[in-house]
Amino acid sequence: MKRVRLELTVNDASHALDVEPRTTLLDALRDHLRLTGAHAGCEHGVCGACTVLIDGAPARSCLTFAVQCDGLAITTIEGLAPAPGELSPVQDAFCETHGMQCGYCTPAMILTAHALLAKNPSPSRDDIVEAISANICRCTGYAQIIEAVALAADRMRGLNRPPEPA
Amino acid sequence: MSEPGRFRFISSDRRVREDRRFVVGKGNFAADIVPEGLKHVALVTSPHPAARIVSIDKSAALALPGVHYVLDGEELAAATNALAAGLDTPLVPRRPLAVGTARYAGEWVVAVVADSRALAEDAAELVEIEYEPLPFVLDAEEACEGGILVHEDHGTNVLLDRTFVWGEVEADFAASPRTFKHRVKWGRSATVPIETFAVTASWDPWREILDVWASIQMPKFPDQIAGALKIPMSSVRVHFDVDVGGSYGVKRGIKHAVLIGHLAKRLGCPVRLIEDRLENMRGGDMHGPERLFDVEAAYGDDGVIRSMKIRALDNVGAYAGRSPFQLGKPVGAIVGPYKIKSVQYQAIAVLSNKTVQEAVRAFGQSPTNYAIERTMDEVANQLGMDRLEIRRRNLIRHEEFPYPIPSGSTYDSGNYEAVIAKVLAQAPYEEMIAERDRLRGEGFLAGIGIASCLEPSGGNSSFEPLLNPKNTTTTWMDSCRISVDLGGAITATMHTTSAGQGHETLVGTVVGEVLGLDPEYVRVVRADSLNSLPSNSPVGSRMAIMLGGAAFHAANKLKAKLVAIGAHDLGLPPEDVTFADGEVFATNAPDRRRSWMDLIVIAHRNFHKLPPDMEPGLSVSHIMQVPTGGKLPTPDGRVQMYPCYSFEFHLVLMSIDPDLGKPHIQRYVIGHDCGTVINPKIVRGMTMGGIAHGLGAALMEEFTYNEDGLLTAQTFMDYLLPSAHEVPPVEMVHHETPSPHTVFGQKGSGESGYLGAPAVLASAVNDGLRPLGIVVNSLPMRMTTLADRIAEARGEP
Repeated sequence: MKRVRLELTVNDASHALDVEPRTTLLDALRDHLRLTGAHAGCEHGVCGACTVLIDGAPARSCLTFAVQCDGLAITTIEGLAPAPGELSPVQDAFCETHGMQCGYCTPAMILTAHALLAKNPSPSRDDIVEAISANICRCTGYAQIIEAVALAADRMRGLNRPPEPA
Repeated sequence: MSEPGRFRFISSDRRVREDRRFVVGKGNFAADIVPEGLKHVALVTSPHPAARIVSIDKSAALALPGVHYVLDGEELAAATNALAAGLDTPLVPRRPLAVGTARYAGEWVVAVVADSRALAEDAAELVEIEYEPLPFVLDAEEACEGGILVHEDHGTNVLLDRTFVWGEVEADFAASPRTFKHRVKWGRSATVPIETFAVTASWDPWREILDVWASIQMPKFPDQIAGALKIPMSSVRVHFDVDVGGSYGVKRGIKHAVLIGHLAKRLGCPVRLIEDRLENMRGGDMHGPERLFDVEAAYGDDGVIRSMKIRALDNVGAYAGRSPFQLGKPVGAIVGPYKIKSVQYQAIAVLSNKTVQEAVRAFGQSPTNYAIERTMDEVANQLGMDRLEIRRRNLIRHEEFPYPIPSGSTYDSGNYEAVIAKVLAQAPYEEMIAERDRLRGEGFLAGIGIASCLEPSGGNSSFEPLLNPKNTTTTWMDSCRISVDLGGAITATMHTTSAGQGHETLVGTVVGEVLGLDPEYVRVVRADSLNSLPSNSPVGSRMAIMLGGAAFHAANKLKAKLVAIGAHDLGLPPEDVTFADGEVFATNAPDRRRSWMDLIVIAHRNFHKLPPDMEPGLSVSHIMQVPTGGKLPTPDGRVQMYPCYSFEFHLVLMSIDPDLGKPHIQRYVIGHDCGTVINPKIVRGMTMGGIAHGLGAALMEEFTYNEDGLLTAQTFMDYLLPSAHEVPPVEMVHHETPSPHTVFGQKGSGESGYLGAPAVLASAVNDGLRPLGIVVNSLPMRMTTLADRIAEARGEP
């Protein structure tokens, strides 16, 4: 099959790829770049396990061709931790509330939460539910995920800072 | 917790250690493992519910560049044994690819191996298969009649039909002034993990080892692969460090692993199959029970139920796996939390031309709980009695434990009335009733749902000998090994995969508790099947009891060894020293002590300082038998099924839009008692997730078939999974009644929530629709169905 060359910018790094035109962004990330944090769940755009951020907005990488992303900024879960062994505030909040079990939908949930909090630093419960309702989790019943996002929002607004010295 | 200070780490609100790798996308899922030279499989599946396979033309597929092999069922069957089945049904052979006849739509017929999955799919489309369609049967009762046989050689569609009578059923019925009989139906659904089943296998012909990386939750998995592939079990190395992306019972994957194992051996290269969603929904063999219950209760004017007759007819699909055992587990809690003196239970498993059924969370207990709870509600309605009151009159009381039920199990402990009281106070119940009545006044249909039920836990496998007399299983062990290295660091090893249950956290917490050391210092790793101790996978809500128990006993053996070393080096008898915080000291002279590192150095380097006859080094293990297990069933089918019984009480306020039929859960309160909680975050998560699963089964999810025998709910567009919009906030109240059979008093909680959510939602819907004279006795209760029933009752067109 004919192949195409493209340049993907993933987590601020540029990658030259040579792929079949039918290659999805999900397969390009997983198979070509070995970024395996994005997961295939349904491959028809319902479950959201493949979610990545494209120019900051959550998108289904299973329904997006890699060639469509030439020149766009893609963020995957591998791009969130500030340094090896460290966690972003959202990642840490998911650990604090145990907002997961099997971990399969988790990277997508966390990317979705990052996108929400970038737009809306003080989301209500309904805002959080609305944002994550495109991501199916079969383990948790969502309660501890919703709590994780709310906790991350609190922390990122600085509400858990120690009091200023008098 | 009930006794503050009883534990140092157990029950504390600790983080779950597994979470750190998942939040950064560094889980080790089966699809993430890519050996060099990996080839990919796609499947050609039957478009007919029943058909003779007349011919298979592979030539066009094989001609495609990059295609390596096209395997059919005849060739695979010639090289392998049939898959293991639970019941003694040798004339119902089950194999990964259909042989001669396809028996359900979506059954795998041909496997194509190619350089990429996309190419394998291209080639799969080029395989030409000629079929001769055959008559088929979908309905369980029609299948029982046997007009159309799914497996001709078996001579009947019935796999199992056994009637148990426990206690004086006929006498109790004769002595009861009232009886009530009804039929309730549990629809075909499953827990449907977001990760489909995935397996990679690689054969090394020089070492003669088949390496297998699979997303599994399957007892005796290496044994079954070896048996089917006709190789010794010591030639199968299953890697248990694969993270499983959700299972809740269904990730059995034995046919997948045998197919891929055979291909890896045949081709001499690593091969993998990752089901796409269609392959998973149609042919992944992960549908759950589809069960008709006929329940008859005998009771008095006082609402006390004396006896019950249950007929459970389960449509298990086209082949016999382990699933018919799902009719056996409920024997261990066949009276629910109630003092019903006698029971007749007829369990029937019947074949049909539907997808093969597999184990689903709670292994048949949730459908049974639903049937019992629907019966309690309807008996209350017959008497004009409050639904809470009838439960109060029948519940086993705290002082009556341990409580033997007619079918042979003895419930370990419980305080049902205390759990219920906490839930009613949390609601508060009177206000909930007032709110229901206010909603009714506003023109809504509104109802209150009530369900009280049990979670048998501790995953024994007594249903195997109960339903298959040739099976003599009386142990279902689990294991833990603990080593301390010469630097003093602790590593504990577990011997199964996990699918999100937090077992590494469990082991770390238990070992830390026993040794008095911070659990964070305990490394937890997983063996592979060639260097593992015997274990049986995390099924049947067993790991807190069994893996937690094994870790406890192993840690105590380690502690005993350290005490012996320290005492010997101090020149004291072991009873005169104390072990605390990893140190040994003379009990009456605490400054005479040996530090952790002193003890480690002696064990690893100073044989001359060890007590006589002690092995050097520090490595201990424990293989744990299930508490209360070990006996075969009696001839009349009585056996201790599981050791522990968790309790949950659900209370729901629901409104139903009278025009749309849409249920809205206004309040959901659950009271939960799983004995001592080892990790509160995990127990809460299990319960919330179980409720979401139950909500799906009750209101949304069903594998529907059309009249042509084709599965019509085969994508997530038509098999609907609850999102964050559908799952309501749930208030959870705890109670703790320790089990006398476990090391910390813990019971299981892996299925919690799912045990009672379908029952409570059915209770709420029926309370809401009762003013219209509507009874809904079939799951799922979809809003379209409810809207039609409401319109019909109101005389609307």
